[in-house]
Amino acid sequence: MQAYNLTHLKELESEAIFVMREVASQFENPVLLFSGGKDSIVCAHIARKAFFPANIPFPLMHVDTGHNFPETIEFRDKFINKIGANLIVASVQDSIDQGRVVEEKGINASRNGLQTTTLLDAIEEHKFDAAIGGARRDEEKARAKERFFSHRDEFGQWDPKNQRPELWNLFNGMKHFGENFRIFPISNWTEMDVWQYILAEGIELPPLYFAHQREVFKRDGVIMSTSDFIEQKPEEKVNTMTVRFRTIGDMTCTGAVESNADSLELIIEEVAATRTTERGTRSDDKRSEAAMEDRKKQGYF
Amino acid sequence: MSEANTYLDMELLRFSTAGSVDDGKSTLIGRLLYDSKSIFEDQYEAIEQTSKKKGEEHVNLALLTDGLRSEREQGITIDVAYRYFATPKRKFIIADTPGHIQYTRNMVTGASTSNLSIILIDARKGIIEQTHRHTFIASLLGIPHVVFCINKMDLVDYDEAVFERIKKETEAFASKLDVKDVHFIPISALKGDNVVNRSENMPWYKGSTLLYLLENIHIGSDHNHIDCRFPVQYVVRPQKEEFHDYRGYAGRIAGGVFKAGDKVVALPSGFSSSIKSIDTFDGEIEEAFAPMSVTLTLEDEIDISRGDMIVRENNQPTVSQDIDLMICWMSNKPLQERGKYAIKHTSADARCVVKEVRYKMDINTLHRLEDEKEIGMNDIGRVSIRTTKPLFFDSYKRNRITGSVILIDEATHETVGAGMIL
Ligand SMILES: Nc1nc2c(ncn2[C@@H]2O[C@H](COP(=O)(O)OP(=O)(O)O)[C@@H](O)[C@H]2O)c(=O)[nH]1
Repeated sequence: MQAYNLTHLKELESEAIFVMREVASQFENPVLLFSGGKDSIVCAHIARKAFFPANIPFPLMHVDTGHNFPETIEFRDKFINKIGANLIVASVQDSIDQGRVVEEKGINASRNGLQTTTLLDAIEEHKFDAAIGGARRDEEKARAKERFFSHRDEFGQWDPKNQRPELWNLFNGMKHFGENFRIFPISNWTEMDVWQYILAEGIELPPLYFAHQREVFKRDGVIMSTSDFIEQKPEEKVNTMTVRFRTIGDMTCTGAVESNADSLELIIEEVAATRTTERGTRSDDKRSEAAMEDRKKQGYF
Repeated sequence: MSEANTYLDMELLRFSTAGSVDDGKSTLIGRLLYDSKSIFEDQYEAIEQTSKKKGEEHVNLALLTDGLRSEREQGITIDVAYRYFATPKRKFIIADTPGHIQYTRNMVTGASTSNLSIILIDARKGIIEQTHRHTFIASLLGIPHVVFCINKMDLVDYDEAVFERIKKETEAFASKLDVKDVHFIPISALKGDNVVNRSENMPWYKGSTLLYLLENIHIGSDHNHIDCRFPVQYVVRPQKEEFHDYRGYAGRIAGGVFKAGDKVVALPSGFSSSIKSIDTFDGEIEEAFAPMSVTLTLEDEIDISRGDMIVRENNQPTVSQDIDLMICWMSNKPLQERGKYAIKHTSADARCVVKEVRYKMDINTLHRLEDEKEIGMNDIGRVSIRTTKPLFFDSYKRNRITGSVILIDEATHETVGAGMIL
């Protein structure tokens, strides 16, 4: 008899496709959040698979801090073009110009916190009732209890005590006017799963993920890329190093790791041997142990 | 073999853990993660620091699975949290659920997607009321494999007699329940005996370690591969020239094996056709089985939409508006006899009325309380419902996907009940 078994990657993919289709069915106006990072690229790839041969039946939205790596934006535009999707750009700069948020000052200034307002404003402006994101439960403790369908009140807030139980694959997307959902199709994936999948599927990524030479400096032990958006202290010396990025976010708060991994195979070997979590290279989470939980409650992903 | 390839033929095992407070659940999970080298340095350093701050002597592995801040402050787990780890053989998803009496709902939630349940028993205490409850829930939720871990063996001098006695008692009552595949392992989560590494303190134990069991237990038959069930989730109609007449039915196989050319029937219409193709982004495939997500096209143009089900002509589910359920209640507001709720079943949405509460279960003694009709938060009982339209279902025992429903409060939209069709 033949064994009817799926590999873990196929099973995870199937689950994520199922979630994408539930979103398209249960919501009137969903959007897929696209940052240009590997997790959102994987989500977009899965969305393509879910609706094939039709196009993805909802737009992609980039919450643009204005402090992106130029490589990310270049990749984003090429990618969107290739898959024939609709892209909406929600700009943090606009939120600042409109006085919705005030830019942080000082040496560790970051626009990461400001994204929340821009995101919530965009959700309201476009009347999105579901925003799909590539967050994974293994990224951070506060995410371990996140649902696939995460309910947000009319202020976009997340209440960890008042989340609907999620049973089997019966996702409850019912909501009142003004409420919306965050949806996480790759909840059950780990960093390793994502890399394995990218390799298995031949998914293209921004070059930032692969080892390259870059001008960098160290701050609090984190390797930061030089850029127009960060002020350096006089003692922060600039060096050229061979580095790569494990996550891609704002240039002001995304740290690099020293690495010679310039292919997916080498990256996977590196991930397997690595002893720190991906978020370990993000300075925004370091601010406090409960930092992520606080930001989530306010409506961040 | 390089890392890149080893991971490509791994299987996925989802398991949940149950035990009462202080049986050592968090320590066990921490131990599994730590001994299988799934813990990152920064995570380890964080708990090392916290342990020191609290003045604890050892690094407290239990802290690894500790979640949200309010819980950290209360020092308890209050919800289902999911953890991940992998060995070269399998990837594991742990649904970590608490064992307090008021949290049946969380256990049911965690168990609903599990292939396996680990039930912890404190070797010093033996079987207690909660053990009955945990075993009952595992059986009610149709978890195919149950592993009883007799923990804290170090505190009973690794005594074989203690283990054998607990094992015998557990077998006696588990046999009254519907649990198919039962295992017993004597462990010390704290010291690591028989978790990942074989214990030198219990040479009398000849069985496998917990991790070995998790890596090797046969899970290929956990899905139903007999009764063909395809709940239509979404209709794919590309607005593209080249696919002008394309009409595909997207969904996830809930049971059986579908092949191109198969004669099928669409429910509720009853129209027959045959499968023209099984499409995926990566091309057409010959056959599809649970839990694959695919898109079916049919030879004939028949009207099918979300909530319909494609099945084989000679093997059809029950089609009915009158359904008997075991229900686990998940809301502070008790279940209302004659109450109306929204109901979700596979991809179908309907409304239902609770016609009758037949009985409530005493989940500790497993007695049926025929006179108790109030089903409140964390209660389990048997009810009869009537739906506004026919559902296409199997018994939960036969198929966990086509046999499960959730009830939703129509005013608050909360998920209030989890139902298993009898
Ligand atoms: N001696 C001994 N103590 C244990 C063992 N497993 C857990 N403990 C201790 O029992 C207490 C409760 O464990 P914990 O994992 O927090 O229990 P939980 O409430 O089930 O998550 C802690 O003090 C643990 O150190 C064991 O195998 N042997």
